Amino acid sequence: MSDHVIPRRVYAAILFALLFLTITTYWVATINLGPLNVVIALTIATCKATLVVLFFMHARYSPRRTRLVILAGLFWLLILLGLTLSDYLTRPFTGHL
Amino acid sequence: MERSGELFGQFQNLDQQREAASLGMWVFLVTEVMFFGGLFLAYAINRFTYPAVFAMASRQLDVHLGALNTCVLIVSSFTMAMAVRSSQTGKKKQLIVFLILTLLLGGVFLGIKYAEYAAKFHHHLVPGRAFRFPEANGDVGIVAHAQLYFSLYFGLTGLHALHMIVGAGLLIWLLTQALRGRFTPAYNTPVEICGLYWHFVDIIWIFLFPLLYLIDLHR
Repeated sequence: MSDHVIPRRVYAAILFALLFLTITTYWVATINLGPLNVVIALTIATCKATLVVLFFMHARYSPRRTRLVILAGLFWLLILLGLTLSDYLTRPFTGHL
Repeated sequence: MERSGELFGQFQNLDQQREAASLGMWVFLVTEVMFFGGLFLAYAINRFTYPAVFAMASRQLDVHLGALNTCVLIVSSFTMAMAVRSSQTGKKKQLIVFLILTLLLGGVFLGIKYAEYAAKFHHHLVPGRAFRFPEANGDVGIVAHAQLYFSLYFGLTGLHALHMIVGAGLLIWLLTQALRGRFTPAYNTPVEICGLYWHFVDIIWIFLFPLLYLIDLHR
């Protein structure tokens, strides 16, 4: 058997981390932090997604070429989101909303 | 191509075959990320353009059901990861138990989603002629933008639910194969790549939950 078998306690630890982060994000959402609410919610979601990708989806133990595909996908997503939002989010400053 | 056992002729060994299958699944998942990415982008732009109405509409959702569903889906991802592990270690009974648990949790998620959708229909929050939004106090603009929120809500969660249904179909197929004893420590590629798909669907929900339910909760 050559594929990597991850210990049960690692999976259990990730499960509890994910549930803990879910409770945290719900709790933070009930407090008014202004624009920071969105930032914190998305940061926690990104952390949760990273844990799922690295451990449940085995990216941490995958060949480098698989990791390259994942990173390339992320990069392309950032182009999609970054370039479009840099247009829409700056329109109020130019008065062309 | 010739096939010997589970090894297809174009591969030198099962390791190479498994790595190719997993790479192919990741490439597919990247296209799915781009597909959902465009929808998330549409949501972000409209939320930025109509922040007050989107906050009002967002608070119509049941945040407790959303949070419960997030936990259900996370636990199902854990049971799926354990199913993949069981197939790697060759524990057939454990594999079947974890596949059934994952399927049941997926069913619970869809059941809760059904209850949420039913409540939206009941409260006339489905975009269309019957749409009612009393918070608007007769403001036509607010009603239109609230419909925009609910169109995105149903579009995003509906497509996510559709992916869950496809995932449930994959799990049922995995179960039939597992019951026949097809998966061994040497060959468990289908369990692994269906697992990747299931976790991906979980990740989409991990972002949908805060964006649709949470970020305007405090207002």
